[in-house]
Amino acid sequence: MSNRQQLIVIGNGMVGHAFVEKMIEADGLARFDVTVFGEEPRAAYDRVHLSEYFSGKNAEDLALTTAENYREQGIDLHLDTPVVEIDTDAREVVTRNGTRHGYDRLVLATGSYAFVPPIEGRDQDGCLVYRTLEDLDAIRDHAEHGRRGVVVGGGLLGLEAANALKHLGLETHVVEFAPQLMPAQLDLAGGDMLRRQIEALDVRVHTGKATQLIDAGENHRLRMNFADGEALETDLVLFSAGIRPHDELARKAGIAVGERGGVVIDDQCRTSDPAIYAIGECALWNRQIFGLVGPGYAMADVAVKQLTEAGETAAFTGADMSTKLKLLGVEVGSIGDAHARTPGAQAYATINEPDATYKRLVVLDGKLIGAVLVGDSADYDILLQYARNGLDLPEHPESLIAPAGDGPPALGPDALPETATICSCHNVTKGGIIEALDGGCANLGDIKGATKASTGCGGCAALLKSTVDHELAKRGMEVNTDICAHFSHTRIELYHLVRVEGIRTFAELLERHGRGLGCDICKPTAASIFASVWNEHVLEPVHQPLQDTNDTYLANMQKDGTYSIVPRVPAGEITAEKLIVIGSVAKKYGLYTKITGGQRIDLFGARKEQLPPIWEELIEAGFETGHAYGKSVRTVKSCVGSTWCRYGVKDSVGMAIHIENRYKGLRSPHKLKFAVSGCTRECAEAQSKDIGVIATENGWNLYVCGNGGMKPRHADLFATDLDDEHLIRYIDRLLMFYIKTADRLQRTSVWLENLEGGLEYLREVVIDDRIGIGEELESQMQAVVDSYRCEWKSTLADPAKLKRFRSFVNSDQPDDNVLFVEERGQIRPATAEEKRQRAGTETLAEEA
Amino acid sequence: MTVAERTESTWIDICALDELVPQSGVAALVGKRQVALFLIPHTEPSVYAIGNWDPLGQANVLSRGILGDLDGEPVVASPLNKQHYRLRDGQCLENSVSARSYPVRVVDGRVQLAQPEA
Repeated sequence: MSNRQQLIVIGNGMVGHAFVEKMIEADGLARFDVTVFGEEPRAAYDRVHLSEYFSGKNAEDLALTTAENYREQGIDLHLDTPVVEIDTDAREVVTRNGTRHGYDRLVLATGSYAFVPPIEGRDQDGCLVYRTLEDLDAIRDHAEHGRRGVVVGGGLLGLEAANALKHLGLETHVVEFAPQLMPAQLDLAGGDMLRRQIEALDVRVHTGKATQLIDAGENHRLRMNFADGEALETDLVLFSAGIRPHDELARKAGIAVGERGGVVIDDQCRTSDPAIYAIGECALWNRQIFGLVGPGYAMADVAVKQLTEAGETAAFTGADMSTKLKLLGVEVGSIGDAHARTPGAQAYATINEPDATYKRLVVLDGKLIGAVLVGDSADYDILLQYARNGLDLPEHPESLIAPAGDGPPALGPDALPETATICSCHNVTKGGIIEALDGGCANLGDIKGATKASTGCGGCAALLKSTVDHELAKRGMEVNTDICAHFSHTRIELYHLVRVEGIRTFAELLERHGRGLGCDICKPTAASIFASVWNEHVLEPVHQPLQDTNDTYLANMQKDGTYSIVPRVPAGEITAEKLIVIGSVAKKYGLYTKITGGQRIDLFGARKEQLPPIWEELIEAGFETGHAYGKSVRTVKSCVGSTWCRYGVKDSVGMAIHIENRYKGLRSPHKLKFAVSGCTRECAEAQSKDIGVIATENGWNLYVCGNGGMKPRHADLFATDLDDEHLIRYIDRLLMFYIKTADRLQRTSVWLENLEGGLEYLREVVIDDRIGIGEELESQMQAVVDSYRCEWKSTLADPAKLKRFRSFVNSDQPDDNVLFVEERGQIRPATAEEKRQRAGTETLAEEA
Repeated sequence: MTVAERTESTWIDICALDELVPQSGVAALVGKRQVALFLIPHTEPSVYAIGNWDPLGQANVLSRGILGDLDGEPVVASPLNKQHYRLRDGQCLENSVSARSYPVRVVDGRVQLAQPEA
């Protein structure tokens, strides 16, 4: 098409990638062919969480996208391809390979590089920077041969880098030129409290130190010589003393750059060349470089709107550098004018040495203009709202940072103006939420999907929920969470009613709390609750009518009304004898066999009257039911582990069998899949499971709430280096808590995302036992474990239950509409056409 | 009512009432036709008969669905794709198709079905 324009993006870091994503969202690809050049060998990844590379995450976990994703979207991505020149006259860029690419519009997202202070000796081996994944690989290589590491720079990035060194097991030091840590964000007292906390974590802090020379050390590879005459030996020096914009390309092309670097941009993110935009850390706006990702995203937003004409008026108006983060595990928050530099500003502060917290408010004319929080940043969100929106402070502002007990006056969502930012990661305002509600969103989940609010760091989850609830209530919209028309209760409420009132049958539940006959929503839900709580046989006459057909026949119904059978194969370990039994049963009954994703064998094509004789043979051979038909624990997948594998560090098969046998048959709001890997290579794919266990040198790492399927979610690392006992205890508690509190058909992943307080709260419940239900959860789980019986074994022993499997109540004829044809040496259901050919018109005529 | 008007000779004996499963369904074979029989005790009527064939799922499965009511109307949910069929006439509530419907009665503890038309 002739009017298509060429758009080139130089740089595929976090901001460059955000620009591309926003471009796709704004339908920019309808007008532009987008070409992206990245200098690094891999597509955009999460630099903010770089230190997690040393605490269990790999490059894939940190990836924000893949080259395939770009390709699928129709974006031409060139990785490992630095652009070396911009020809602004010809409107072309030249890559290192010498190829030229024409552009109509060009976006510079070249980012920044780590600033290395001009210290003599800074170029030698062992002096490194902390910026890219390649840098991290180099750091790891050097750390292997050393014992001590020093970070130069006690700012935000420096402390992140210190965290990385600590993860590598090095004795970690931080050297800062200023007299305090984080001088940009904290006042002196705040910096001091942070220093104390960090030193308590075994990181040595040296402030007020200017490094003059790095030379060879005696006990370590290097020696840092300070201006005050002191020295510190180390095996590794990591420079993290700030960033400098990558502006060389612009400089060479004659585009305006600042005196101290940075591509000058206007409010529209345009450079001095109107065809060229600059965004992120390479851009200089109002003489400022923004070293945080938030402002970079905001610039990307403006540039996209300029290019797509969706909002030519869009402008970048600076950014709030307020920040909340965890450094080496210490909570730190900084808002606005933390140093009280504004004339007339006054401060309130509280220091709590036993709890190691420091809080400071900076106030001007009854409004909050700055704040510092160290050791406890729980008040950050509320304070930020006060500062951002110029809300009137309460009469005694110090009550906002008063010790817990009095509690600060609550700031209701009603007090917030529509411009108030609720989610700063995705820049969602209260107004944006109201707009989404007007646009048809009816609950928190919809809002999250539509606005992305609370899907970044998650820090705003509580505020978002109260805002949404408040707005819904204001519209008189009652959020109907009733499970169905027969019960005015949620699943969670029904669970508690069943347990507290000791209700054991649906009739009783309906009589006490419901109405009508029930339906296919509430009946299986009640059946699942009864099974989780009382664990009676699902085919007891009072329970059977509640079950979905899969549970009724203890098998999985297929499209033609036949069933498939999955015997349990704990951890996927199976003897030759048992394989032969499965094979001969399949052969005898003419079943189609397929290996499942859960390391078992599925046998298809059994009519319901064939199920009991088939199971008779399987149970005779020592098999148990696999519960593939239930909303229950399915399988525990495992790799072969240390028994055979050269790399394995623990017996993953043994642990997987132990776990599978413990939880088999446990019924839950949705299916549960587990896996155990014997080492960090993770061959069992445990990080895609509800419960994932990965062996380490020191025990087991526990991952939770992942899943594959329609909407895959990586599991979260929940606890590390657990011994067997703690591993099982945590799984017991977590699963029972899930069963207690999840909604109907809610996988653990969605449950966690909707859990107020998220992963941190889950840890408090499960690990810290903060709400004191740990033992109760364990004993409830133990009761289920103790009452386990193979459902098929007990069914076969009960003639009354077996009656249900007859083909007809008045005949033993099989269903003559079940017909198979052969394909690849096995059966498959015949199509309607094939049935017609086979049987003439007789069978189907009746059904027409 | 049509059921009452039928003569004795057109009713076919299927099974004893206690062969039916309360709050659930069983399949019966009548000639070459498959019929789904449902029992909801203590209601009037308490026995229902519709075709076992799910016209949307294209399989003989309706006897294996979960019983319930939608707005007071007794229904069975197809175990294949969960559409609801009205027990009293087989009408699907989410689609214009319907399952067959059969007059059924209980006489002396026996379930009887009206002879299907040819």
